[in-house]
This record gives sequence, structure tokens and C-alpha cells, in this order.
Amino acid sequence: MSRVIVDVVLKPEISDPQGQAVFGALGRLGHDSITSVRQGKHFVLEVDGTPDEAELKQIAETLLANPVIEDVELHLTTD
Amino acid sequence: MRIGVITFPGSLDDVDAARAVRLAGGEPVALWHADHDLEDVDAVVLPGGFSYGDYLRAGAIAARSPLMRDVVAAAGNGLPVLGICNGFQVLCEAGLLPGALTRNSHLHFRNRDQVLVVERADTAWTTDYAAGQRIVIPVKNGEGRYVAADADLDRLEGEGRVVFRYADGNPNGSSRDIAGVTSENGRVVGLMPHPEHAIEDLTGPSTDGLGFFTSVLKAVVNA
Amino acid sequence: MIDTVEIAAKSPDDEQPWAELGLKADEYARIKAILGRRPTTAELAMYSVMWSEHCSYKSSKVHLRQFGDLPPSDALLVGIGENAGVVDVGDGYAVTFKVESHNHPSYVEPYQGAATGVGGIVRDILTMGARPVAVMDSLRFGRADAPDTARVLPGVVAGVGGYGNCLGLPNIGGELLFDDCYAGNPLVNALCVGVMKHEDVRLAKAEGVGNKVILFGARTGGDGIGGVSVLASETFDAEGPAKRPSVQVGDPFTEKLLIEACLEIFQQDLVTGIQDLGGAGLSCATSELASAGTGGMHVDLDTVPLRDSTLTPAEILMSESQERMCAIVEPAKVADFLAVCEKWDVLATVIGEVTDGDRLTVDWHGERIVDVPPRTVAHEGPVYDRPMARPADLDALQADDPARLPRPTTAAELQAHWLAVVSSPDGADKTWVTEQYDRYVRGNTVLAQPEDAGVVRIDEESNRGIALALDGNARYARLDPYLGAQLNLAEAYRNVAVSGAKPLAVTNCLNFGSPEEPEVMWQFAEAVRGLADGCRELGLPVTGGNVSLYNQTGDVPINPTPVIGVLGVHDDVRRRIPSGWRNDGETVLLIGGTRPEFGGSAWASVVHGHLGGRPPALDLAAERALADLLTALGKEGLIASAHDLSDGGLAQALAESALRYGVGARLHLADDAFTALFSESTGRVVVTTTDPGGVKTTAQWAGVPVTELGTTGGDALGIDGVLDLPLAELRAAWTATLPALFGGPEHSTPLTVPAGTVPTS
Repeated sequence: MSRVIVDVVLKPEISDPQGQAVFGALGRLGHDSITSVRQGKHFVLEVDGTPDEAELKQIAETLLANPVIEDVELHLTTD
Repeated sequence: MRIGVITFPGSLDDVDAARAVRLAGGEPVALWHADHDLEDVDAVVLPGGFSYGDYLRAGAIAARSPLMRDVVAAAGNGLPVLGICNGFQVLCEAGLLPGALTRNSHLHFRNRDQVLVVERADTAWTTDYAAGQRIVIPVKNGEGRYVAADADLDRLEGEGRVVFRYADGNPNGSSRDIAGVTSENGRVVGLMPHPEHAIEDLTGPSTDGLGFFTSVLKAVVNA
Repeated sequence: MIDTVEIAAKSPDDEQPWAELGLKADEYARIKAILGRRPTTAELAMYSVMWSEHCSYKSSKVHLRQFGDLPPSDALLVGIGENAGVVDVGDGYAVTFKVESHNHPSYVEPYQGAATGVGGIVRDILTMGARPVAVMDSLRFGRADAPDTARVLPGVVAGVGGYGNCLGLPNIGGELLFDDCYAGNPLVNALCVGVMKHEDVRLAKAEGVGNKVILFGARTGGDGIGGVSVLASETFDAEGPAKRPSVQVGDPFTEKLLIEACLEIFQQDLVTGIQDLGGAGLSCATSELASAGTGGMHVDLDTVPLRDSTLTPAEILMSESQERMCAIVEPAKVADFLAVCEKWDVLATVIGEVTDGDRLTVDWHGERIVDVPPRTVAHEGPVYDRPMARPADLDALQADDPARLPRPTTAAELQAHWLAVVSSPDGADKTWVTEQYDRYVRGNTVLAQPEDAGVVRIDEESNRGIALALDGNARYARLDPYLGAQLNLAEAYRNVAVSGAKPLAVTNCLNFGSPEEPEVMWQFAEAVRGLADGCRELGLPVTGGNVSLYNQTGDVPINPTPVIGVLGVHDDVRRRIPSGWRNDGETVLLIGGTRPEFGGSAWASVVHGHLGGRPPALDLAAERALADLLTALGKEGLIASAHDLSDGGLAQALAESALRYGVGARLHLADDAFTALFSESTGRVVVTTTDPGGVKTTAQWAGVPVTELGTTGGDALGIDGVLDLPLAELRAAWTATLPALFGGPEHSTPLTVPAGTVPTS
């Protein structure tokens, strides 16, 4: 049994109003050391047996993320 | 003229799109997302709503449903397709239209009677309008901000593929005030506003939306 | 080790946490007497939640009986006692509607509290066999500028919109009001209306021995059972109890699928009874279905599909996981039922069956853990006749006559007061809220906010339609709960009539403080009595409603807030009457009489922070005559617009009518412009017409006074010899208030929406 983590974030050139709203809130709460916030999605997949990297890459890049506007990072871990 | 209206789990304005087709003089045909059968319709409407609850991304899961494969293939053969709101999101996710729809910049769901300027009056869905015409159509969405890389937006504009632009205020922060775009052949059109809610004076802010549905009936005849 | 019936019978002296679960000693004793032994842990959980105030109405039942005693109405097809009342609206159509509260959860988790409130009332309507077609919301918060209001309000509005929009239900109206008394106790009352044909009505009862009990919809998790976690100590489960959330979390997508699946199931006539799972979840659904039916019921709790495998049987029975329904299905129809659910990807499981006899039994892992007479759980809970006492401060409050408050002495002051009332949080433009709601979905919305009533077309061929209004002035009710409830009834009634519809039926959401306070109990009893008497005089049935008690923080209860919903019918929605002024040159007429009445008025509250005196007088016969007059004027096409007067009097009504489309007016008011503008006398409507003679004649014939005020046109509200209020200035003040308080379109605060619910990106 393996766990695969997929992190999806908007591409840097796409404006992220949710991240901006969080950033604004942090500022108002006095956290001045934070200089920027981007908000994304974190997927946790449980995979039977050894993960097929090619298959997972395809899942990550064509379903979990929209490549038009999102970047994706795949992390394979084993329990 | 038979116009298909696809229902996905969570589609909401499918009934309204069917009504618009009927009022325009066409025959609406209900299509089910899980079937592989477009039933020989002359055009297809992907209606508004929250297909799959907007989970993952708005339109993402619906775009990968069985019937959408048939729609993509048929569009390749010139079938006119109209994507309204969630339907527009599905068309972008399915790769039939460029760009993507994201969360409104002010982060709220917004329902407004919106002024649009028609920029292309020669697509399959807009021949009953005049270029430059101002129309009032309801817009109602939470994920309606149209985005794409600058280079892609430049190309879209350069190729004249922006069909509608927001006027008198941008309700969701869409890049370059883009409200709707079309495919290269002008037969696939997607827009965030809802023409099917502007077809009767009794229930809408205008009847400006009927033109979409009357236009396509002519496009079908002339195809 | 599970506490079974067998064990319970053999261990009568085992300590049980009945007090922690909210039961009184005598109630616990009564349960033992009913069962002839001590209850099992699961049974104790069931009784404790079903006998709670929220589920059993134990403090309010004795008073609510007055609604059942109203004369029978031909229009009423299903009355009080079912999930929602059903009214005949003509042409074979039946309409079901109800308003319900979700107050305390909205304070804890504003988004989910409001969202699940909408989800719950929609399921109540669906359960009656109807397609839900619209929603309304009546919201109350603490002072608009209080920090906690900024926490609660945006979340509540986002939740109402988020859930309702995703279900595809247009929001056609509601209320938004602020008062310090709601600071720790916001009120979120949600209304849903559904339409069906007479023969489609479904009831919540389990009949037919051998019929299957099917649970369908979402999986069952630990939602809403925080309070029951005290029972966890009763079990010896090796895993131990996981965290039990006290909040229910909604999934509108699942509910949308549930709606479509149910409507197909109804269409194919696959159920003999159906119930939705709301407060007290399975405990409630099973005991109510069994109690209302003819036999008993048996449930195998192991079959309930779970989201959380660590739940104990008591927790499963108590869970308030959303988006679940329970149907009674003949064995021959089960396959078809399951097929419809599969088509819509709705989880459906046979969890039991209707039995012979009169017991509700539940098994877990082959052992009997519940064996009770269902009627004692669902319909024979405790009934209290709590002590009542007229509030000690009421005499002084009523004697504190606002007539003595300083009035504006100059035109400038009068104008300033006018602007203050209209731009106060209560009077201000509500677009900041209503823009977050879809008003168009389903394509049948004829009138929606800010109109006086929401109007929906129900038949595209005949143009038959319905109108709904929801109103609840709590200041009036604080000054006089009996009269205040009647005034709210009159306002909702008038709002429906002003759209051109004929009022037909009433629903109510009664929001009050703690029933253990005699003064609150008195207020409640008076309000119910007032509402019952008012309905009797207007000839309207009360179809059902909701009671929310314990709305108080510490010693101070909220103002009595009886929110009244009235349903009306339009034979032809094309003849509905809108409220805004569209054209120049129309005559502005005031229908009804004005007296100096400022008790509980918006002027007294906004300008002087004052609440005192008596509410305005009410003449229900005159309201009836006015309603009939409006119907006649509408049918004859004699009026172009009609707007009723309520909070803020004529000042508010004129501002709203003028600002709608930016058409001003030149008006002449009688000597006392102040009284004309700010009095809140009842039974009044402002109309515009191109045929003033025709209107006056019709009104005279109906015995209703009419005063000519002036003519529409221009870009100001001008009162001859008094003042000239430019619409631009009025609009600026009126539209600035809510965005300034809760965020303009350019900036917004991030909302915390718990994971697994409505997506945030």
C-alpha cells in the first residue's frame, strides 16, 4: 500500500484572489513577515501495491490539475 | 430542428435551455451524460448548473463523461455546440475552447442583469445579432472569471474569437472583460451569462437571449 | 460490550447519564415505566433526543393546539402534523410550503449552519411529494457594526446562497434585519415551497407488514452528535471514540441528486411512505414513520452505510448527517426503487421492514438494542404547561410613548431623518446579500427581491402562479406580542395581496427566548394566541411551521420574533403588480388612512434608539378590504405599481419605489409631513396609476380611503413647500451601507468553509 501526494497550484501568471484574500487577512492579523500566499489543492491517493509512476503522472497532469492554468507536483511515498 | 440539451448530475438550467429552444421554434432533445448517443441532433447545448457539485474543478468531471467524447467528435465535424456557464466550463475542460474559468475575483457568487457587447455576429449561435449590439443577459456564477496566459489571450483577440464582452462593469474579474469565446470554425461557442433566462419579459430582464436559439436553427438549415 | 435489551432487563440499577443527555428525573422514570425496565444506551439516546425541546415541542404544544382548532379550510389538503402543509391552488395543483429555523448552528458555524438549514427545509418539501421550486430566507443578526456580525453574516449569506444555488432553487425574497438582542443568537429562518398535483401528495407513515424500509442518500457519519458523546463512556470499544463534531456539514450536490431520484421514484409510484432525516436522524425517521403507520418496524442497524466505522449504535441512531431520506417500499417495487437510485448515483440500502404489532425494534450485530413503542418516542413525548408571567417591564415600556420624542423642526432635519431611516442597516439596499442568490434558475421567477412578494409561475400554459411573503417585526412583538404577531401576519398578507395574489394559507417560525423564563413563555403564548385569532379573522389556515426556543444568551432573551409566511395564488401571473415606478406622469396615490403611530417604528429606533409605546393599531377587516381592492385593481389593470407600507412608513416606501428605476416624484403631503412620512399605521399601500379616477372610484366602492399624493417624474423626491431630496443623494446613502459594513466588491474576507463541502476553488 502506498500513499501518493499530489499538490496543485495555480500557475504563477494566473491571479489568485483566494490566496490574496488570505494574505490580506494575515496582514491584518499582524503577520508582517509573510510576503505572499498562493492557495491550491492537496490530494492524498492510496494506491494498491507499487505505484505506476506513468499512470499517476497522467492522473495528476490531466485530471487532478487543469494544465491550462495549474501546475502540479507529484510526491511518491511508501508506508 | 432538433437541439440536444445534455443533463449531467447536478445540471440545473437544462430545463430552461430546453424551454428556450422550444420558444425559438426548435425541438429540444434531452440527452443523458452517461449515454453514448447524441441521437442525431442538429446542435447541442451544454446547460448551466453545478455538475458534480463543481467538485475538483467546475466542469472538470462532466467534461470527462462518456457523452462528451461524442460531443468532441461531433464538434470536429462541424456540429454547433453552445456551452452556457457550467457548459462553458465543460467546453474549456474538454479542450473544445481555450482558456479556463476560475473563482470570481471578489470571491462571491454574483447574480446580475449584465450588459454584453456582441463582438462576433457570424458564429453559429449569433447570426441574429449585429456586431456591436448591446444586450442584457443575466449572469450568475461563483467561478466565472475567464483566464488564460497573456499570449493565448492575445492570440484569441487577434483571431477575433472573443464573441461577447462585459460592458458597464465586469461581474467576475474575467480577463479583458471576456464573457464568451468561440472555436476557430465559429460553431462552438461558450459564454458565462445565461441567454435562456432572457427569453420572456415575464421572467427575465429582456428577451435578448432568444437570438442564440433562433440563430442556430438557421445555422442548422444552412449547414 | 453493547448494552442490549436483555442486559438492560437484568441490570435495573445501572447508572445512566440521563441528566447529561438533557432528560429530567421524572422523564427518565417515565421511560422506565413505559418499557418496564431501564432503557438500553441506544434507547436512552433515542428518547433523550426525541423528547428534547427541538424535536418534541414540549413547551409549545399546548399553545400550538390553537392552530389545529382553527375552522377547517377548503384549501387545506394536508394540515399540521406532517412534514409540511399542503394547499390547493386550483387547476389540480397543490403547493406545499414551510419555514424552519436553524439558529443555534448558524452561530456556531455560520456557513454550514445556514446551508444545512436550507437543506433541511428543502427535504421537508420533497418528502411531501413535491418538486421544490423556490426558497426564501429571513435573517437577523446583532448590530450591523458589531465585530461578531462581521463574522456571522457573510458566512450565513454565503451558506444560504451556496446550498440553494447548487440545488437549483431560485431565492425569491426574504428579510435582513439587525438588533442588539440577536448578538449571540442570530436567527436564520429558511422557507421552501414546492409544487405538485393533488394526487402526488405523499405522507410519512409506514404501512403494510413486510414492506421494506430503505435508507437512501448520503452515508452516515458523526455529524451533529457532539452532545451524545457522553454515551461513548458506555461502550468498551477498543478503538475508542473519535472526535464527534457538533456541527452538521452539508453537500448540496448529493441533495440535488436526491431530489431528482425522489421525483422519479414518486413518478413511478414506488413508495407507500417517505420521511426525511433531519433533527435526531434515524431515531426520528424510524419512530415517526412507525408511529404514524399501522404496525411496527424492525431495523438492522448494521446495514446502515457508514462514513465513519467507529460509530457506536447509539451514535448511528442520533447522527444528523445530512442529505438522507427513509422510504417504505413494497417488496415487489424494491428493485425498481434501487435502480432509480443507481441511475442517479444515490446510495440506497434496505435497512429493515414494517412488522406486525406495535414495537420499533433495532438490532446490532445480532443483538436487540432497541425495543420500544414508537408512539411514545415520536408523538407522546412530555408536554409542559410552563408558568407564564407578563414581563414586569412591559407597563413602563408601553407607557414610554415615542410621541414625546423630539421631532425634526426644519426641512433639513426632516430630510436628514429620512436619509437616516432609509440608509439604516435595516432600511438600506440589500443587493450585497441578494446578489449572492440565483433568482433565475428554473425560469419561472416572475417577481423576486426587492419586490414585496416572491412570485413564481407554476404552469406555463395557464400562467397560474403563487406568491409568497415572509415578515417578522420583532419590535412590535416586544411591545405587545399578541398584537405584534397579528401585525406580522397582516404585513405578510398585505405583501401577497399587493402583488395581485389572493392569500390562501399561513406558515410560521416562532423564535423566542428560554421557555423556562415565565416572561418569555407569556410572550410565546400571547404571540400564538394573536396569530391564531388573526388567522381566524382572515379566514386562513395555519399549515404548519416551526418553533425555536432558547434563543438567549444569559438573562436576556431575544425580542419575541414570530416570523410569518403567507402563500397566495395568482390565477394569471401576467397580471402581477410590481412595486417600482417606471414612468413619468403617473399619479401617486396613498390607499389607507394615516394616524400618528410611532411605537416600535423605524424612525424612533434609528433616530432616537428608542423602543416604547404601543405598536400601530390593526384592523383586520380593513386589511381584508384592502386586499380585495388590490386584487380588483390588478385584474382591471388600473394600477402600474403597488408597494405596501411597513417599517419606515411612507418615507421608506417612497424611497424604494423611486430608486427602483430612478423615477422621482413631486408630492404634496398634508400639514404634518413628519407624521405622513414616518408613521407606521397599517393597512396602507402606495400605488401609481394613469387612471386616478378609476382607482378612486373602485376604492370608494370598496370603502377604502384614498389620498392623492402627487405625480411621478423628475430626479428627486420633492415634497411641496417642504423639501427636495435628489435621487442621486438618496441612492448614494441607501446603497452605501451594507458594502461599507461587509466589504465592497473589490475586497473580501476569506471564508472558512470546512473541507468536504462546497468547494472553494
